[in-house]
Amino acid sequence: MPSVKVTIDGTQIEADSKRTIIEAAREHGIKIPHFCWHPKLSVSGNCRMCLVEIEKMPKLAIACSTQVAEGMVVHTKNDRVVHARNAVMEFFLINHPLDCPICDEAGECKLQDYTYKYSTGYSRFDEDKVHKPKRIQIGPHVMFDAERCILCSRCIRFCDEIAGVHQLQFIQRGDHTELTTFPGEKLDNPYSMNVVDICPVGALTNADFRFKARVWEMSFTDTICQGCARGCNIEVGVRNNEILRLTPRRNDDVNSSWMCDHGRLDTFKFVNAENRIKAPMIRKDGVLVEVGWDEAIARVASELKSFKKSEIAALGSPFATNEDNYVFQRFAKEVLGTKNIDFARHSHEGDEDAILIRADKSPNSTGAAEVGVVPGDNGMSFNAIIEGIREGKIKALYALEDDLAALPGVAEALSKLEFFVVHAANDSATLRYADIVFAAATYAEKNGTMVNFEQRVQRVRPAVTTLELDRAMDGFEMSRWDKFASHNDKWGKGPRRDARSSWKIVASIAALMGTKFKYNTADEVFNEIAQRVESFRGLSYLKVGTKGTPLKAKTAASVHA
Amino acid sequence: MSLEKSTIIRKKDLSLLERLYIPEIVKGMTLTIRQMFTPTFTTQYPEERFQPPASFRGRPVLVEEHGVERCVACGLCSRVCPALAIEVQAGETELGKERYPEKFEINMIRCIFCGFCEEVCPEEAIIMSQEYELAFTNPQDALFGKDKLLVPIEKVQTRLDFLRSNR
Ligand code: SF4
Ligand code: SF4
Ligand code: SF4
Ligand code: SF4
Repeated sequence: MPSVKVTIDGTQIEADSKRTIIEAAREHGIKIPHFCWHPKLSVSGNCRMCLVEIEKMPKLAIACSTQVAEGMVVHTKNDRVVHARNAVMEFFLINHPLDCPICDEAGECKLQDYTYKYSTGYSRFDEDKVHKPKRIQIGPHVMFDAERCILCSRCIRFCDEIAGVHQLQFIQRGDHTELTTFPGEKLDNPYSMNVVDICPVGALTNADFRFKARVWEMSFTDTICQGCARGCNIEVGVRNNEILRLTPRRNDDVNSSWMCDHGRLDTFKFVNAENRIKAPMIRKDGVLVEVGWDEAIARVASELKSFKKSEIAALGSPFATNEDNYVFQRFAKEVLGTKNIDFARHSHEGDEDAILIRADKSPNSTGAAEVGVVPGDNGMSFNAIIEGIREGKIKALYALEDDLAALPGVAEALSKLEFFVVHAANDSATLRYADIVFAAATYAEKNGTMVNFEQRVQRVRPAVTTLELDRAMDGFEMSRWDKFASHNDKWGKGPRRDARSSWKIVASIAALMGTKFKYNTADEVFNEIAQRVESFRGLSYLKVGTKGTPLKAKTAASVHA
Repeated sequence: MSLEKSTIIRKKDLSLLERLYIPEIVKGMTLTIRQMFTPTFTTQYPEERFQPPASFRGRPVLVEEHGVERCVACGLCSRVCPALAIEVQAGETELGKERYPEKFEINMIRCIFCGFCEEVCPEEAIIMSQEYELAFTNPQDALFGKDKLLVPIEKVQTRLDFLRSNR
């Protein structure tokens, strides 16, 4: 990698000679304003916002397409550059509508921010603005406002280069240029909503999030998507204790800067849903009735004792965290003494692509197996357990959060069980067969880790409070409303559900059955995993950080419990 | 703890006239009696009501024009409000403005009548009215929804004129 010495704003830096000025500057923490340039897309050079002065060059040059060269001296802040930027901003604002009050981008808009930073805010334009179509449903999940578009072409390049489909195009010329889809077509690729994130203005907006909240009213929590085994890094936007949107977070080892539309739309609504399980339930006279935690826990502990070890099976879950699965397998092996332990796979063969989407539709199947949710010696695997239930060999089943009844042929087997305990966050077909249901916290309500298909451990962080966790006391991200709401303000709160992390529920049952697990928090469970599971050795929440870290060994490790 | 004995301070340098004290009483009474014959400016509230000037900051209200609120639910008033009194939830409308407040609530117990909401509003949709009679026996009554906040533009024209003339 031949490197060259470049001076930017008086600081000498060393940069790879293949880099452009904007890239080299960024690597050294110098920000050059830009609209059309994006680190993950090809260079277009149309917005002219990144103009810089290069000594010995007569005219200003755009930093996004000029490569660095030995001895180059670049100025990004001198009077000439500042003046040019103001002129560029004045051009952008000529036809831009004054839509900020009704625009969902307001608050995270590059044009707004740059207007404050790089424009004098003075316009010499008295004529009528050019009017274009507004409120266009350009795709099933994306709204388009042509007046707000600054014609940067990021969205076009995203579709061409990342999503791999040419769906967007400019038509007309000059100030009448307009973005559009081909006649009769829609912006409907599986990654279409990423254009919302990269559009520097509010021309393309999220149809699902439309007018739900202003961005400054939300708190943002770093966590990972639950839609498939990729585990895209995301931010969860929460207001009044309700998740309103998910956005991708850059992690070049996992998801680059993107996420798929399925992940963005379908993996948070169940947290807010009406059909959440509100309390533990026990089946009495054929119907599930809500009871207190102590009653349900005591009931499970006493019922499970009445079965032979070989009659009990335990199903972990690829939707639960490593912490949940780890404590659960210890419970199954040490307390219940069963070897029949496994979890259900959710692989949809063929429903995958070369970009992000994986066929495995669960976020943590690798982690579940890694922490020991695998059959013991001569123990039954998932299929054998279902078969065993059908034949009457397995009489009691304890399952973590998973809609088992939705899997082919499983519902019929579940109906044969004598005793069925399940953890669930939402109502589902599975609950029809359950004798005891525990209200489980969702991924957005607990601390934990998950392992993606590439053996990368990543953190799940709570964004929504339950009765178990408190926003301020447990170090959640806080919005202004969260910080200053008092106990008699109804906003800033939203519903606070009585759900608990699965590992905690399991540990309480174990305690009643005579085995005390000494964990108080999820990171204590993780520390034990890091001591006892070879591939996790030496890890901690601190080391996993916000972007995750690869597991040590690339083989299915055994648990030395 | 025992109470400390307080010491009585007497002024020692009073003049003879002051020590006679009767002239002082006459002086005081003269002032009192003179006041009795000057015109009063006491308002006999509630029989008589104070009519505030246009610059007065009474309770914030939403301007209703052509039967709809001007507000586009941008949330700026809610953001600027130092007392966190305002809650706005936007919704979509068929009208040209696209957005409207599905819910707009001001907690009148929180409001401190600072007028920041009026100042920040890009639509001149929330303004300070001349209403000042706000007493509640129940905190729930202090939550003013759109029903209480919306006021036809004709009724707040004086304030709007005042704002324009002082821009
Ligand atoms: S819609 Fe947005 S991303 Fe696309 S060209 Fe216009 S401003 Fe750029
Ligand atoms: S690819 Fe998978 S992990 Fe990524 S956003 Fe889509 S569903 Fe979520
Ligand atoms: S600032 Fe004005 S337009 Fe915006 S929400 Fe408040 S009243 Fe409505
Ligand atoms: S007058 Fe001040 S305190 Fe009252 S609602 Fe408006 S901004 Fe809030």
